[in-house]
Amino acid sequence: MENFTPVSALIGGGLIGLASGLYLLLNGRIAGISGILGGILAPSKGDKTLFERLAFIVGLVFGPLILMTGTPLEAQSVVTNSLPVIIVAGLLVGVGTTVGSGCTSGHGICGLSRFSLRSLVATLSFMAAGFVTVLVTRHLMGGL
Amino acid sequence: MRTFVSLICGTIFGFGLYISGMIDPQKVLGFLDIWAIAEGGWDPSLAFVMGGGLAVATPIFMFAKTRSEAVCGGDMGLPTNKSITPKLVLGGLLFGTGWGLVGYCPGPAISALAFGQTDTILFVVAMVVGMGGARAMRWNG
Repeated sequence: MENFTPVSALIGGGLIGLASGLYLLLNGRIAGISGILGGILAPSKGDKTLFERLAFIVGLVFGPLILMTGTPLEAQSVVTNSLPVIIVAGLLVGVGTTVGSGCTSGHGICGLSRFSLRSLVATLSFMAAGFVTVLVTRHLMGGL
Repeated sequence: MRTFVSLICGTIFGFGLYISGMIDPQKVLGFLDIWAIAEGGWDPSLAFVMGGGLAVATPIFMFAKTRSEAVCGGDMGLPTNKSITPKLVLGGLLFGTGWGLVGYCPGPAISALAFGQTDTILFVVAMVVGMGGARAMRWNG
């Protein structure tokens, strides 16, 4: 468990929860990243939330940029997969979150915070698939 | 005002992903690798991120649910769909498979664009194509 970082995980998680709570309280919207992004790709008629959605996405990139340039806090984002695996995984995440109406933020944080059984089922589904996928790729296939 | 709130919320969310380490797919895969518990190599951090997130979000959500409109105006867009459908589970399984392959879910993938890495950009492009394609096919829930 040498990689376990409980304190930064709790603080970071708290900030994610704060952002999700404020977004609902102030703007009346669910901070589900796949939903926010999906609404930009296919705006429904008369939808006036395009700029709000874009602003949230810009903020998602802006936050890490501020911390990496303005503070000593360090982070990395390591991708070890081959190009075809990256593309297939990206497609699966895009299609899956659209078919299943949400991702880790929308179902996992926002859904569970309002005690939604639907979101619990979705969260258990993607968690289970994640566990099995890592079992197959890391332990049965020796890395993908 | 609403657009400014969105920018601030997105930025705080991005802070959270960066500080928690969830912006790194290897951190996420370290959690999904529950099969490493026996070898002592498991990283439970993601569970603590969820726990911290739920601990802060739940009371705000409970208060927000009592309001009829948002503080900055407009309706409370709380989901009304309560049905547990095969689509919900199928979508979760597809998403979880992609998540387990690389370690990116939508939020961290977008936030990680801040590092400007080609692999991250390619993942996000594929993800956006998947979202757009699924919507064009009317597969969305």
